[in-house]
Amino acid sequence: MHNNTNPVLSIKDINKAFSGVKVLNDINLEIQSGEVFGILGENGAGKSTLLKIICGIYTPTSGSIFLKDKRVSINTPTEAKKLGISMIPQEFNLIPTLSVFENIFLGSELKSGLLLNKKEMRMKTRSLLDELKTDLSPDALIQNISVAEKQMVEIAKALVHESDILIMDEPTTVLTNLEVEILFRLIKRLKARNVTILFISHKLNEVKRVCDRILVLRDGDQICINDVKDVDEHDMAKKMVGRELSQVFPPKTSPGDEVVFQVDNLSDDLLLKDINFKLKKGEILGFSGLIGAGRTEIAECIMGLRPKSSGEVYVNGNKTRIRSAADAIKYRIGYLSEDRKGKGLILNFGIPENISLISLSKYTNLLINKKKERQRSESFIEQFNIKAASLSADLEYLSGGNQQKVYLSKWMDTDPFILILDEPTRGIDVNAKKETYYFINALVNQGVSCILISSELEEIIGLCSRVLVMREGEITGEMEGEHINEEEIMFCAAGVR
Amino acid sequence: METKKLSFVYLKRIDYSKYAPLFALIVLVLLSALASEHFLKFRNITNILRQVSYTGTIALGMTFVIVAAGIDLSVGSMVAFVGVLTIYLMNYLGGDGFAVCVAVFAALSVGSLCGALNGFIVTKGRITSFIATLATMSVFRSLTLYISEAGEVISHNDLYPEIGGGYFMNIPYPVIIFLGLAFLFHILLNNTAFGRHVCAVGANQQVAIYSAIKVKWITFMTFVITGFTVGVTAILLSSRLNSVSPGDAGLFYELDAIAAVVIGGTPLSGGKGTIWGTVIGAIILGIINNMLNMLGVSPYLQGTVKGLIILIAVFAQYKNN
Repeated sequence: MHNNTNPVLSIKDINKAFSGVKVLNDINLEIQSGEVFGILGENGAGKSTLLKIICGIYTPTSGSIFLKDKRVSINTPTEAKKLGISMIPQEFNLIPTLSVFENIFLGSELKSGLLLNKKEMRMKTRSLLDELKTDLSPDALIQNISVAEKQMVEIAKALVHESDILIMDEPTTVLTNLEVEILFRLIKRLKARNVTILFISHKLNEVKRVCDRILVLRDGDQICINDVKDVDEHDMAKKMVGRELSQVFPPKTSPGDEVVFQVDNLSDDLLLKDINFKLKKGEILGFSGLIGAGRTEIAECIMGLRPKSSGEVYVNGNKTRIRSAADAIKYRIGYLSEDRKGKGLILNFGIPENISLISLSKYTNLLINKKKERQRSESFIEQFNIKAASLSADLEYLSGGNQQKVYLSKWMDTDPFILILDEPTRGIDVNAKKETYYFINALVNQGVSCILISSELEEIIGLCSRVLVMREGEITGEMEGEHINEEEIMFCAAGVR
Repeated sequence: METKKLSFVYLKRIDYSKYAPLFALIVLVLLSALASEHFLKFRNITNILRQVSYTGTIALGMTFVIVAAGIDLSVGSMVAFVGVLTIYLMNYLGGDGFAVCVAVFAALSVGSLCGALNGFIVTKGRITSFIATLATMSVFRSLTLYISEAGEVISHNDLYPEIGGGYFMNIPYPVIIFLGLAFLFHILLNNTAFGRHVCAVGANQQVAIYSAIKVKWITFMTFVITGFTVGVTAILLSSRLNSVSPGDAGLFYELDAIAAVVIGGTPLSGGKGTIWGTVIGAIILGIINNMLNMLGVSPYLQGTVKGLIILIAVFAQYKNN
């Protein structure tokens, strides 16, 4: 289908530099109408920059963009929207207290005279949602619908504005497996409408499934454009990192016998029901399950960040009294939240200030010893291979993978004995993932015990020596060693047995 | 080599918005010196600084509240409340130096307690600081008027006026106290765990909670600090005049204090800010008042000029972000 003559979007010799540092070199693309075009690359390869140029957030240093053979200059996201280019944001820009149709028509409300024409807006929303084959009600409030449905609303919003180019930046990271299926079916229907989709994902199997062609970027260079049918996931990964990716997961180590951490009969009044588990020294214990199954809630109860109605937590056989994160840290328990930006890091602080935020007393007599603080950060930067323009640069300028490494450093600086990792590789690239896996492995070899909460089955299967599966606030399955497999986990997570 | 490169990048990245208040002050001083030959006279400068020290001292405390993403509207009324109680206490104790010492201690304590009340309502009552301090603003002014029966409260102590009117090496005591406190608070905000936590709470409360920071305690303490600075100002002001007028004392001080913080580059959304910026902000406001007086501009127009300066300051920050 990409052999058609007139590309809907072409990009010619696009370059972009930030204060003299080149981040994109001579990018050339021709994208056909109705094509799903994947863009691949590690964090910092230039994917986001390219996308931001296409949707008007950045202007290129040189080069030109053509829409259906007409040269255009896109200076703001609003101009992009007028030209039919819409970005489906990762964090949705929907107003929770308004209904689906009110959100879809937000800012472009249909009116009859001075008043809103709610009837027509509702009708148009209905027909659009029908077309997308969803039974979501136009009157449902955003705060009451699921993440996948919110994404659907964002897509519907773009379609109402007659966008024929949709940019999806990691659309599946927030979705459960079932919801991903719904999204992929939706993408098929959008293709049938001749909507063009630029699809960015770190999950190569998804790219393989859903895309027609892919572009691989590395360090701002265009490495190749391929038909998806000509490459497999292994090739893609190779092209992204520019070398053979050796074993992604480190060899598993067997944990000791000593139980260092135990949760008994943990319940809250909302979701969690009678949670019991034990963690051994040097063990990586996986928590699998669908989003909303209660995994994060368990972690937050353990950390004293969420009230529990009953249950006890034991560290080294001793009963604990944890009522706040400060208490948990005294027992040397650490928790990397899944919400890096919302709960993990302060984006307008530099690297040292973030790393020392929990462990600040280590650097403080009466005053903070800023030199010691900086030196400690420098050693973490070296250890984790963190890439940043400078120590004092605000964290918001770091890529997701590097932010995550700073977050990990922040907890490592508290010297944890039990570390709970909640989606530690969300939104980071293959290479950073691999580094994270090896780091976790090194940690447990030093005798730290880890709880790994992850929605990526590969990760759970590749790293954990034991897995607990959760469903609707309960533990529904436990697997160990050889017996950990994808089908079994999915069965327990979906409640098939 | 590598560090050299890093520091180079850093130098290039210094944003001018950070030093904008300082540039504005320099420009303002130059303009004022050109406009009036009297401006740069030592006596005029110390006068400006003395005028600035009253609201400036409160602005120092207000910086902590605003960096923690709060606001305190009650400071003006609190000045009158603390001032009246202080003078009553001193008159009750007599005319000696002991009475002055006790009164000073009482003023600082009552100020801190009033701040603690604000902090308590905000943290335990979970009421936004804007509403909480709007309410206490009304309460403090009303109590002041009630206690004093709306009449001027005059001190009978001859030593007391020395605090607000005295000099050390030709520099008024209030100026020394203002700048001394500024130095201490600069260290507190920049170099202590408390200051770091204040910034963290203002930048992202969720992250602060997840980082085991005692968010409520930090928020509470920012109000106590502001109350303390109000206590200082109440002493400086009432000792200068040797009296407190319950209806007028501290009127609109909250506006000047907040304006000084904002002109000094601290965003109202919190998360960051500097004490020296606030000091400069306060001095800028003082110079503008002084110049408008010297140039014979109607006092009724001064509020307009002040308002415009605030808008320009915020606009400059907005542009830079």
